[in-house]
Amino acid sequence: MRSVIDILDLTVEEIDALIATACAIIENPDDYAEACKRKKLATLFFEPSTRTRLSFEAAMMELGGNVISMASASSSSAAKGESVADTAKVISCYADIIAMRHPKEGAALVAANNASIPVINAGDGGHCHPTQTLADLLTIYREKGRLNDLTVGFCGDLKFGRTVHSLINALSRYTGIKIVLISPEELKLPSYVKKDVLQKKNIPYVQTTSLEEAMPDLDILYMTRVQQERFFNEEDYLRLKDSYILDLKKLENAKPDLSILHPLPRVNEISVAVDDDPRACYFKQVLYGKYMRMALILKLLKEASE
Amino acid sequence: MNIDSIQNGVVIDHITAGCGMKLYHLLGLDTIECSVALIRNVGSKKMGRKDIIKIDAAIPVNLDVIGYVDPDATVNVIRDGQLVEKKSIPMPEQLVNVIQCKNPRCITSCEQELAHVVRLTDREQKVYRCIYCETKAN
Repeated sequence: MRSVIDILDLTVEEIDALIATACAIIENPDDYAEACKRKKLATLFFEPSTRTRLSFEAAMMELGGNVISMASASSSSAAKGESVADTAKVISCYADIIAMRHPKEGAALVAANNASIPVINAGDGGHCHPTQTLADLLTIYREKGRLNDLTVGFCGDLKFGRTVHSLINALSRYTGIKIVLISPEELKLPSYVKKDVLQKKNIPYVQTTSLEEAMPDLDILYMTRVQQERFFNEEDYLRLKDSYILDLKKLENAKPDLSILHPLPRVNEISVAVDDDPRACYFKQVLYGKYMRMALILKLLKEASE
Repeated sequence: MNIDSIQNGVVIDHITAGCGMKLYHLLGLDTIECSVALIRNVGSKKMGRKDIIKIDAAIPVNLDVIGYVDPDATVNVIRDGQLVEKKSIPMPEQLVNVIQCKNPRCITSCEQELAHVVRLTDREQKVYRCIYCETKAN
């Protein structure tokens, strides 16, 4: 049974096809309004997540399908000690497809290995979150009309940000990609990502601590939050935090067609004043996430029925 | 240093010096009843120094573990005092329940029944990673 646990579970051709489907849904939503009639999506969220869960549920409802869910992890059988494997087997009897979030890394793979229906990883701890990356890719495609020949800047917490690692992995399969890594020393991209992805695939990249210096070259700016808990002491955090807050002044040197992305939720790393700038794409990104989830649900249900 | 030759069993030779003890533990040789010799830092014309393990019993040995720890080692099967088979063991594609994932955030840390599986992800660098969380195993 085909599941999607990691963005690399999908080939470039499959991602391109998903983008094409998402664009077709955007153009003609009525054509898909009953595409998943009588199908059920089970959303299994073992840790709190409002947006991803609602995005999956909205996606299934817009495809004419139904959603079954558990009220919360604390009221689920997992709280009684049921294994992920058993939960996946049980839910396979009720639903046609599963979207699952779990705090432990690899939980979605365990579910996929035991379910008899497709499983979509909606986030497994700090490991993978493939549908966020699909949302990012569709946003870039819709804004730029392509996924190649782009200079993409990643700013903020590049050490722990799973969305950053995943998007770098996904973009590394396209041609003409240049990566600019903008972060404090404490939160630099881990060396294994640089070695296993960027260097292995000969992707040109530069590292800098200055957002202002990097700004003029960027086609895409992917912002992430610099979290206080990542620092050893408050002094370092206070010294650095403002450097990575995007405001209109920092955008003065940016290209007029820059696209600003953020996986959200935002706290203070993008000034609210930037929201009205036409280059801000992070709320459109949320909407595109729903369309990519629709495309993915459609694809996996179609494959499961073949 | 003299160690008696064996009549029936297995000799793991050409182990990279320093890897013998790891292999000894991962093969579970500390838990079996028969005689086992672990010889460390033996002089070798080919390798300079090497480790050797001699198992004085015809017991099944998990060859994948040998390929994982040291693909340069050779396995000699002895029957009635004669060498009947000599082979080197390639690096296995995956290992099941040999290496425990050390990542406390991995699903294997809380689901006791789950098999610990590591998969070869970089043959050149000999890198194995947990199939669940992708944490490097070695």
